[in-house]
Amino acid sequence: MKSNSIFSFLFIISSLFVFTRCNNGGNGSSTGALGSSNAAEKVYVAPGEKDTYYAFMSGGFSGQVSVYGLPSGRLFKVIPVYSQDAEKAYGYNEETKPMLMTSFGFIPWDDSHHPKLSQTNGIHDGNFLFINGNNTPRVARIDLTTFETTEIIEIPNSGGSHASPYPTENTEYLVASTRFSVPIPQKDVPIDSYKENFKGTFTFISGGQEPGKMDIAFQILVPGYDYDLAHSGKGVSHGWTFFTSYNVEEENTLLEKRASQYDKDYIAAVNWKKAEEYIAQGKFKEMPATYYHNYYDEHTQSASSEIKKSVKVLNASECPGVVYYLPTPKSPHGVDVSPTGEFIVGSGKLSANLTVHSFEKMIAAIEAKNFDKEIDGIPVLNYEAILAGVVQQPGLGPLHTEFDGRGNAYTSFFITSEVVKWSLSTYEVLDRQPTYYSVGHLMIPGGGSKQPWNDGEYLLALNKITKDRFLPTGPELAQSAQLFDISGDKMELLLDFPTVGEPHYAQAIPASVLEERQVKTTPLEDNHHEYVARREAETKIERNGNVVHVWMTTIRSHFAPDNIEGIKVGDEVYFHVTNLEQDWDVPHGFAMMGARNSELLIMPGQTESLVWYPQTEGVFPFYCSDFCSALHQEMQGYVRVSAKNSNMKLSWSMGDEVFHE
Amino acid sequence: MNTRTSVILLLTAIITTISFSCSEKKGPSNKLVVEKKKPVTFEQAVKDWRTNKGVGPIASLQLDAIDETMVAKGQELFDFNCTACHLPYSEKIGPALIGITERRTPEWIVNMILNPVEMAKTDPICLGLLAQFNTVMADQNLSQEEARSILEYFRTLNIDNAPDPS
Repeated sequence: MKSNSIFSFLFIISSLFVFTRCNNGGNGSSTGALGSSNAAEKVYVAPGEKDTYYAFMSGGFSGQVSVYGLPSGRLFKVIPVYSQDAEKAYGYNEETKPMLMTSFGFIPWDDSHHPKLSQTNGIHDGNFLFINGNNTPRVARIDLTTFETTEIIEIPNSGGSHASPYPTENTEYLVASTRFSVPIPQKDVPIDSYKENFKGTFTFISGGQEPGKMDIAFQILVPGYDYDLAHSGKGVSHGWTFFTSYNVEEENTLLEKRASQYDKDYIAAVNWKKAEEYIAQGKFKEMPATYYHNYYDEHTQSASSEIKKSVKVLNASECPGVVYYLPTPKSPHGVDVSPTGEFIVGSGKLSANLTVHSFEKMIAAIEAKNFDKEIDGIPVLNYEAILAGVVQQPGLGPLHTEFDGRGNAYTSFFITSEVVKWSLSTYEVLDRQPTYYSVGHLMIPGGGSKQPWNDGEYLLALNKITKDRFLPTGPELAQSAQLFDISGDKMELLLDFPTVGEPHYAQAIPASVLEERQVKTTPLEDNHHEYVARREAETKIERNGNVVHVWMTTIRSHFAPDNIEGIKVGDEVYFHVTNLEQDWDVPHGFAMMGARNSELLIMPGQTESLVWYPQTEGVFPFYCSDFCSALHQEMQGYVRVSAKNSNMKLSWSMGDEVFHE
Repeated sequence: MNTRTSVILLLTAIITTISFSCSEKKGPSNKLVVEKKKPVTFEQAVKDWRTNKGVGPIASLQLDAIDETMVAKGQELFDFNCTACHLPYSEKIGPALIGITERRTPEWIVNMILNPVEMAKTDPICLGLLAQFNTVMADQNLSQEEARSILEYFRTLNIDNAPDPS
């Protein structure tokens, strides 16, 4: 009996030993995702190693963009776009407050949906990322050398901008449309006069490749449907942009039921090159409209707002050849264009089948005037004439399609929570894999462009629901991304990871395209901030009435000045803090007790400004909030606040030398 | 030797083989390498300054007659990049620079400007200064040419030019 136990013991130990020692390198013994043999290996990026892709995920109702590495799913950065971010002082410091200005005033939130990379010749060039604000219609630019939001343009004559920004092949234009049609121009009318008074617009924004130059080139006035999503043409279809619509019923209440009555809605095909001709011929109406263009200038390190007062508008019904309607079953959501530009996939979210239109057939139908009817002068093309094929009953609730470089398409199905791979040549379903749960957008790196990277090796499913997938966190649960390996015939689930906010669309680009162009520091000689102090000798304080400006510097491990006296209750004090460091990864923080905004987080060589309203007499500390050095805890200072009617003169010091006003 | 004992021995042999073959795959061993080099004291390092060129890109540097253009450039660079912590004639966060060329080699000075983080880890003089001044010098990302200009400016520091302490 005794030796039996020893035998069993040794056997168990030996088994454990063999399996634990050899698990990583061995085959067949892994407990990776869904019993797959090497999923863990495929997503493991060892300490000190780097990911092969940057992924940019929309933050949805967080108003942000988050940056992840693929294949690891590690979060690197959250970029504030439409939301104030107290960590980075975005929207809190004086420099970036103008970024969030709109014709409605300062709006520190939006619903950011669709990140899209800039393109050159239909290929992601890595210059910029754009993302739309859904609620108060806006489009923003993120500079991919700094990973900061540098430009935002508001879109006039719009109610909700969902089908945006979807750039054209060379980023000639970013586009937008009205998801919610509204009276254009706005006016006080009964809501049930929808059919009579409500209109939609398609917007074309120029300047995508020129920082500071984003502008509304023109808008096209169209019938008042809900225009939902877009993709611009490429290759053979370059020069066109496609927008889906629903609610062609033009209902203004209970859309859940009433906007789903007709068998087909329309994909609007917009010939923007034709629109350019009409603009050049002066056939537009200059409509009064108020909208903001906000631009962060890297030289002055400050944003400013320009208020625009009019916009060029073409009326589709008066401009033949600009807009055509492609009948598409049924309440289509995504419209996705294949890498060659030939196939236009309309995901009818209430349709049993998936509709694929042919661009070539569309052009032929236009030339042959093969129209079923006209709506407000817009020809409705014959459905059969433009159809390339139908994927029969692939699933329920199709939303979005992406492409690999091997002739396959991948469509998300919200209701049945799955990704379906199908052939662009035979329209046959090739594979299907479940997602967990309720997948919205899909993303293949480069999968919406002319060139999916590495022929499409990964697919990311962006899910709305995660119940039972992660540790629960009260009533609110994370949304998620799921990474699939799609390099083989069958898709293989590799990894689940939670996301920041709701991920709508995402983009990814090889790390090699962006890595080398990252800004590390700003040379102090290039800092042209209005209140820069390039060295301690330039620090000073000036009073003008109750407004006080403090030119301050920071370097490991002190502020100059670090003792300030002569501030009074009721003053408006601006701290302009310049980080004198010239080394990468040495930001300094600045936190002032009682400041009603946020900290500052100042990158090397930059200047940021914080306003502070001292409310009571006393002595108040400030300190560095980013652990910068071994003597970080010593990095502090004091401001003395005297009574409003005090005779105290301004004075400041660091060490023994005291300066006076 | 009964059957059980042979089985146990066999298993042990298998385990040993597998564990060896597995650990071979794991790459370098975790054996600790201890260098038995006696650390140089600060006092000794300061005494031996003439042979200490520091750690960094500058292996040797020849000083010629003072170049006034370089001095002017060096002074400006010093003003903008260094004065948050260093003054020419008095101690601030770090030591005063007056007389630096009489107590450090030109190579050491330029390497200190270009490579302060590495210097603070390995150079015996720098280690001693760190203990005294408590703070690691900031790397201001200057070029070799810029650091060389600052050295030229240091060569012109003269106690007769120091501001009146009163």
